[in-house]
Amino acid sequence: MGMTMAEKIIAAAAGVDACTAGDIETVTLDRLMSNDGTTHLTIDMYNNLKHPRIADVDKLVWIIDHNIPADSPKTAASHKKMRDFAREHGITFYEGEGVCHQVMMENHVRPGELILGADSHTCAYGALGAFGTGVGCTDYLYAMVTGTSWLLVPETIRINLHGKLRKGVYARDLILTIIGRISANGANYKAMEFVGDGMASLSMADRISICNLCVEAGAKTALMEVDDVALDYLKDHGREPKAIFKSDEDAIFSQVIDIDLDEIDPIVAKPHFVDNVVPVKECEGTKIDEAFLGSCNNGRIEDLRVGAEIIKGKHVADKVRFLVVPASRAVYKQALEEGLLDIFMEAGAMVMNPNCSVCWGACQGVIGEGETLISTGTRNFKGRAGHKDSFVYLASAATVTASAIKGYITSEV
Amino acid sequence: MFKAKIWKLGDDIDTDIILPTEYLAYETVEKMKPYAFSPLRPDLAAKIQPGDMIVAGHNFGCGSSREQAPEVVKALGVSCIVAKSYARIFFRNAINNGLLLIEQPDLYDEVSEGDVAEVFTGEEIKVNGKSYPIASLPDNLLEILEAGGLVKAMRKKNGLA
Amino acid sequence: MGHTLVEKIIGNKVGHEVKPGDIVTVPVDWCMIDDIMVPFAVQKFQEMGFAKVAKPDSVVLIYDHFLPATQVDDTRHFRVGDEFAEKYGIKNIHRTDGICHQLMTEAGYVKPGDIAFGTDSHTVTYGCVGAFATGIGYTEMAGILGTGELWVRVPESIKVEINGKLPKNVMSKDVILRIIGDLTASGATYQSIEFTGSTIDEMSIASRMTMSNMAVEAGAKCGLFTPDEKTCEYCNIPFDDSVKALNADEDAVYSKVLKYDAKDFVPVLACPSLVDNIHPVAEAKGTKVDQVFLGSCTNGRLEDLQTAAAILKGKHVAPFVKMIVTPASRKIYRQALSDGTLQTLSDAGCIITTPGCGLCCGRGGGILSDDEVVVATNNRNFLGRMGTSKVKIYLASPATAAATAIAGTITEA
Repeated sequence: MGMTMAEKIIAAAAGVDACTAGDIETVTLDRLMSNDGTTHLTIDMYNNLKHPRIADVDKLVWIIDHNIPADSPKTAASHKKMRDFAREHGITFYEGEGVCHQVMMENHVRPGELILGADSHTCAYGALGAFGTGVGCTDYLYAMVTGTSWLLVPETIRINLHGKLRKGVYARDLILTIIGRISANGANYKAMEFVGDGMASLSMADRISICNLCVEAGAKTALMEVDDVALDYLKDHGREPKAIFKSDEDAIFSQVIDIDLDEIDPIVAKPHFVDNVVPVKECEGTKIDEAFLGSCNNGRIEDLRVGAEIIKGKHVADKVRFLVVPASRAVYKQALEEGLLDIFMEAGAMVMNPNCSVCWGACQGVIGEGETLISTGTRNFKGRAGHKDSFVYLASAATVTASAIKGYITSEV
Repeated sequence: MFKAKIWKLGDDIDTDIILPTEYLAYETVEKMKPYAFSPLRPDLAAKIQPGDMIVAGHNFGCGSSREQAPEVVKALGVSCIVAKSYARIFFRNAINNGLLLIEQPDLYDEVSEGDVAEVFTGEEIKVNGKSYPIASLPDNLLEILEAGGLVKAMRKKNGLA
Repeated sequence: MGHTLVEKIIGNKVGHEVKPGDIVTVPVDWCMIDDIMVPFAVQKFQEMGFAKVAKPDSVVLIYDHFLPATQVDDTRHFRVGDEFAEKYGIKNIHRTDGICHQLMTEAGYVKPGDIAFGTDSHTVTYGCVGAFATGIGYTEMAGILGTGELWVRVPESIKVEINGKLPKNVMSKDVILRIIGDLTASGATYQSIEFTGSTIDEMSIASRMTMSNMAVEAGAKCGLFTPDEKTCEYCNIPFDDSVKALNADEDAVYSKVLKYDAKDFVPVLACPSLVDNIHPVAEAKGTKVDQVFLGSCTNGRLEDLQTAAAILKGKHVAPFVKMIVTPASRKIYRQALSDGTLQTLSDAGCIITTPGCGLCCGRGGGILSDDEVVVATNNRNFLGRMGTSKVKIYLASPATAAATAIAGTITEA
């Protein structure tokens, strides 16, 4: 019987010939990412172990990205704990270099790897054909100490993409449409695998954006086949694949979904759920207080180019705060060289240092009572961006930028 | 005349000590109260009783123009501050909030925390049997102080009660 | 008998000669209200019962301390400001343009000979163009909003005369710190400081701003520079007789005169936790630092960023040390983008944030925790100013800050 891509990666990591959805396997992990959201808790638990040890320190990557620069003595203390520990144990450590998932994609992730991240959006790594999945800090600690973890082999939902997105429609619109269709728990425990002729037209930025958001449908991981686009990206970043897997023709999928890319429209996810999606035009005119272009979902150079092209020569609406946050230092520098940062600054946007920013709802750009944010971030849960009585709409870089200019939600550029 | 128990602080008590920035935006001074003096003496705000006085050295209130500083001191019920000298913005802010400030060069060095002082406004302060002369404020400031602060003085000017 | 500069500025405005100790009511040319104080000033204004703002065009609202917002109630301050402005016809609002004290001269408001009050102690900065400017509380600001005037006591003046050429690695920050050390933190209380001499004549407006900005740290009511051709060029006004008249008389009477030979200055630090605790950098050499901060209304200008960039070019911030750069205004950010300064700083590993008060006001931008050490270019090192009361803050020039970031320990440029 054939195997899915997810099954193959897990089998390889478990050192077995084959495994099937529903099996529980003990896997050896290739990489363990953790950020300042929870690492201080992991360290506390680690220090309480009877015999604390790190199985393989070279596999650990720790990244300070959520509250950087620190916004309170509390976050500063958690950073210090993380920094001191990383220094003492020789852990690969980044501080202020960008959002963890972007830093991982640029510097570490290789096709065929099995990666645990103490952050739900670790599923982004599927864009490079790696099995990335989010865990809590207890699971992380176990993996850190043993180098292994147990995994329930997931069923796979296969999504066939056909055709090409129309002009003015983006990967973000596609993945929001898919989440809306299968619902916020439609892929619980499952892998979402993207294939089809439509893949060829999707850039790495598009692919990361799609995989990244699969957790909002409940998915354990997202996966894409490694093609020339992925291999070129790897080569540009000086890495080789570990292994390249694809699903067998006779693999069993729990569900197969066909999507015509040409039929996708600009979409927004309305408060307070990611699957609460409607065409942008249904929200047209909703007044906004803040707009956010950034995050592990849409803070890449391609996204900044989209935004800059729209806003060039125009100005952010009166009273609207438009936060532009490159996803990493590399993105910041590229945007600087291309003149994009100056276009945003000239237009009245606030260009920030690379970090999670208001997507994380703390540190920078927190919104107040009754305020509305339109965001390229990952989540629009109640209170996610600040006050419990505030509103977050999710949309593409283009819709967010157009809305920042108009002062209300619109996709008219 | 009024009697007041002394809380003693040092030189250069700055406005970040009197009320750290973290608490400046609280909507009411009541919410700020517990954090007064917290970087220096976290327990002090809870101990100060209405009518107590603060005694300090040079340059009390130096630093920012944050008026929350004298407001929070006033809200704690402090009857007056006696210091060797004050920073100028704090001085104006205190008067504008009806908080009595007294300059006295010697008292600070000779009293201890917990001593009780008798204050005869514009004349003298008596502590431990010793008298310390104090000056009166200029007329324009006395007017504001006597009106109960600048807001009340302005209301009067605008024909309001 | 002759007059000092402050006596002339005030005398011109009230239409008669004044002398130190006089209490006079002055017309107010500019009222600056920053975001922290807006709701409080508005509330007091309403309590006072005024029907209208006396001179709406003289009022400038600037949002800078809470940008980007870090707490859920922060944006309330913007909303209150916007509503107040709309109701009373105030048109001068800067919502995301940078630090108030930078903008008040940079954006063309305050000119030589003006009288300005602001709800922030560093309003003294505008003395750099020969304006009488000082910080007040929000209750007095409310009074000015209603009446357009304020009483002041004409201050005595201290003359600080500096002649000659400063050593290469000495900046105006080192000069003003040394002066504060000599005067002490209360040495100029209630008084005006006048800066003169050939060293001052040679200084850029930016360098002068650093010095007028910190005059308040010696307790001064204002810190004044005689307006010259450079001032007029900066303010975009002609260097005419009215400006030339803003000059202290030869026989003016000073309460104190300090004379310095420029070559005697060395790079200095204000050591924890008082601004007048001044020591040569050499004395603290080798002290390990966790963070460096370049920014604020004291030292966040283009020449400060350029000085740091020249030192950091081709080098890198020490491992496990952060250097945070916060340009003082949008204009400065854009200038530093276009001349390559930000690129150099980013290449060196600096974290470049959006313009605003940042770390200096202690609400974000790099807060620290117990036992951490920071070298910062701003104006205050008070206990708890940038985190817990166990944080050690050293104030220094941009040059010292940059050199320290590279070494990871306190060091001279």
